[in-house]
Amino acid sequence: MKDRERGETRPVRGASRREFLKTAAVGVGALAGVPGAARAFDLEAFFQKHLRELSNQDIEGVLRRLEDKYSRQYGKPVRVAATGPLDGVVYGYGLDIGRCIGCRRCVYACVEENNQSRDPEIHWIRVLEFEREQAIRSIDLEKGNPYYDHEKVPAEGMFYLPVQCQQCDDSPCTNVCPTGATWMDPDGIVVIDYDWCIGCRYCMASCPYGARHFNWSEPRIPTDELNPDTHLLGNRPRPKGVVEKCTFCIQRVRQGRYPACVEACPVGARKFGNLLDPSSEIRYLLAKKRTFVLKAELATRPKFFYFYG
Amino acid sequence: METLSIFGHFVMGSARVVTHGTRGFYLWIAFLAALIATGALAYSNQLTHGLITTNMRDQLSWGFYIGNFAFLVGVAAAAVVVVMPAYVYEWKPLKDVVLLAELMALAAMVMCILFVVVDVGRPERLWHLLPGIGNPNFPYSLLVWDILVLNGYFVINLFIVTYLLFKTYAGQEYNSSFIMPVIFLSIPLAISIHTVTAFLFMGLKARPFWHTAILAPRFLASAFCSGPALLLLTFQVLRRVGRIAISNEALYKLGELLAYAMAVNLFFLGMEVFTEFYAPTAHVIHADFQWFGVHGQRETGIATYTWLAFAANVGALLVFMIPLLRRRLPLLSAACVLAAAGVFIEKGMGLLLPGMTPDMLGEVYRYHPSLNEVLVGVGVWGVGALAFTLMAKVAMAIDRGELRYQHSEARPIGPGSWRR
Repeated sequence: MKDRERGETRPVRGASRREFLKTAAVGVGALAGVPGAARAFDLEAFFQKHLRELSNQDIEGVLRRLEDKYSRQYGKPVRVAATGPLDGVVYGYGLDIGRCIGCRRCVYACVEENNQSRDPEIHWIRVLEFEREQAIRSIDLEKGNPYYDHEKVPAEGMFYLPVQCQQCDDSPCTNVCPTGATWMDPDGIVVIDYDWCIGCRYCMASCPYGARHFNWSEPRIPTDELNPDTHLLGNRPRPKGVVEKCTFCIQRVRQGRYPACVEACPVGARKFGNLLDPSSEIRYLLAKKRTFVLKAELATRPKFFYFYG
Repeated sequence: METLSIFGHFVMGSARVVTHGTRGFYLWIAFLAALIATGALAYSNQLTHGLITTNMRDQLSWGFYIGNFAFLVGVAAAAVVVVMPAYVYEWKPLKDVVLLAELMALAAMVMCILFVVVDVGRPERLWHLLPGIGNPNFPYSLLVWDILVLNGYFVINLFIVTYLLFKTYAGQEYNSSFIMPVIFLSIPLAISIHTVTAFLFMGLKARPFWHTAILAPRFLASAFCSGPALLLLTFQVLRRVGRIAISNEALYKLGELLAYAMAVNLFFLGMEVFTEFYAPTAHVIHADFQWFGVHGQRETGIATYTWLAFAANVGALLVFMIPLLRRRLPLLSAACVLAAAGVFIEKGMGLLLPGMTPDMLGEVYRYHPSLNEVLVGVGVWGVGALAFTLMAKVAMAIDRGELRYQHSEARPIGPGSWRR
C-alpha cells in the first residue's frame, strides 16, 4: 500500500528559484508558437496520471503545458513551479486574537496572492465577528458573523476570529478523498492536485473549519490582477469543478518567504515559522503565550494556533 | 455453445418485447423519454456553467442529489425484505414477486450511480476512482468502499435476475445449488450497501448530526419502509397493466413487514430525539434546525417537512399495524405513499440539510434545490423508471410464457420458474 499520509511531491526537491525560473522561461518560449498545440495537450491533460505517479520529467512537461496554457489565457508570462518541501521544516501558524482588528486585509491579500476567483468570489480566509460580552463565556461559532460591515474596525465591543485552513496533522479531508487528490506534504502543508480532484466535495463535508472551497463555476480573475508567480499545488489558476484551499502560500513559504496574510496584517497578529526549529519565533510564542486550537475536541491536531490574553 | 445461441435468442426476444407494446405502453415510454430529455438538457446546462446552476454552495456542499442518492440506496437495499422470506423461508406469495423486487433494486442502483455522477464537478475524471488506471484511496475513503459494494451488489443482482429469467426462457429448471449461494450472498451485500452509505456520513466527525452510531440502523430501518412501500405500489400497477399474477396475500404480507420496519424506524428516531434534546449540547443546534428552524426566524426551513414526514410515518404505521386497515388495498396503498414520502423527506433533505446547517463556522445558509437541480433529478428518476419498465416488461413476458425459446425439444414449462 502506498503511504498517502506522509507522501511527498517528488518534483525538483529543493531546486533553487533561479533554476525553476530558467526552465519556466524556456518552457514558455518553446511552446508559445506551436499551432494546434492546445488541442493535443488537452488530451494529454485528460490522461494525465496522479501527480505522485509522474516522473520528474513528466512533471516538467506538465509545468510547461500549464505555463503555456495560462500565458495564452492571461496574455502575460505565467510561471508554474513545483518546488518541493524543504528538509527539516514543518510549518506552523500563530494568530493573536487579542491583536486582530478585523480589517480583513489578510483576506484580500490572500485573494490577490493566491488567484482566488473574483466572480464568484472565493475567500480562503473568513473573519468572524463576535460580541465580547458573549464570547467571555465561550466562543460559540453560531454567534459569529462573517458579514459585518462597519465604517471603522474594530467595532465597539467586538472581537474577531479569522479562520482558514488549519493544516491539520490528522486531516479528515485527506482521509476521505476517494482519489487521493489531496494529501499532506512532508512540510505539513495539505495540498490538492487540481488535475486529479473529481469535485465530489467529500473533503468539504469532512472539514470542521469550512476551509475548503469549491469552484461552483469557471473562476474569473482579471488579467491584470493575476499573480503570475504560481505553484502547481498552490495558487495557479484553478479549473471549474474542483476544490481549493489555503496552502500557507506554498509558492512563497517554500522559498523562505512569509505567507501573504502574515505580511499584510497591519497589527502583527499573524505569526509564521518552522515548528521543527527550536529558535523560531513560532516556537517562542507557543512556549510563552496562552494558546488554543479550534475544535480541539475533534482531535484533528491543527498546526494553526490561536493566542489570546 | 448451445447455451450461447439460446442466450442470443433470449437477448433478441427481449429486445422485441421492449420495443412492442400497447398504446398505453408507448405513451408511458414517451412520457419517460420527455422526462429524460428535460433532465439531459438541464444537465448539459450544469456541465456548461458548472454546479453554480444548483443552489449548493460552500456552506452547504451536498444537497438534493446526495439526498436522493441516500434514499435510493435504501430502495436498492430493501429488495432484501422480499428476497429473504422468498428464498430463505420459501414463502410462496413473495416468491412470486421476488424477481420484480430485484429488478427494482437494479433500477434504484442505476439511479444511485447517476445521482453521484451528476453531483461531481468533474465527471470526466471519474476514472480516477478505478483501480489500476486510477488511484482509489482504499481503504481510507468510505466513498471508495461505497463504490465497491454498490457495484458488487449491482453485478450480483444483475446476474441473479438474468440467470433466473434466462433459465425460464430456455425452459430449463434453474440449478438451485448454483444460484442459491449467489442469492444468499446478495443478502449481506444488500445490508452492506446501506451500512457503508451510512458510514459515508457517520464517518465525518466534523458533522455532529451525522456522527452518531444510530445512523446506520436508522438508514436500514427507513430503507425497509421505503423500498417495500414502493414495491407494493408498483406491484399493483404491474398486476393491472402487465396481466401478471400477484396475490393479495403477497401485498398483505409486505404490509405486515412494513409494520415492523416502520415501528423500528420510528423507535430509532425516538432514540435520536431523546439523546439530542434531553441532554442538549452545543451540537443540538442541528436537531433544532431539523425540528424547529433556528434563531427564532419565521422561515422554518426543513422543519415543516420534518413534522410532515413524522406525521406521514406515524399515519402509515397505524395502517400497517392494524390488520383490519392493512387488508384494505386502497388504505394500504395510501399508507405506502405516506411511508415512501415520509422516508424520502427524512432521508433526503431531512438528513442533508440539518447535517450541514449551520455550516462549520456557524452560518445558516437556507438551501432549497434550484429548478435546474430538480430537473436533473427528474431526468435521473426518468432513467430509473425506464430501466425498470423495460426490465419488468421482459420479466413479465417470460412469466406469462409469451417469451420462450421455441427451437429444439425444450419442454414448455409453466409460469416463471423463480416462482417455484
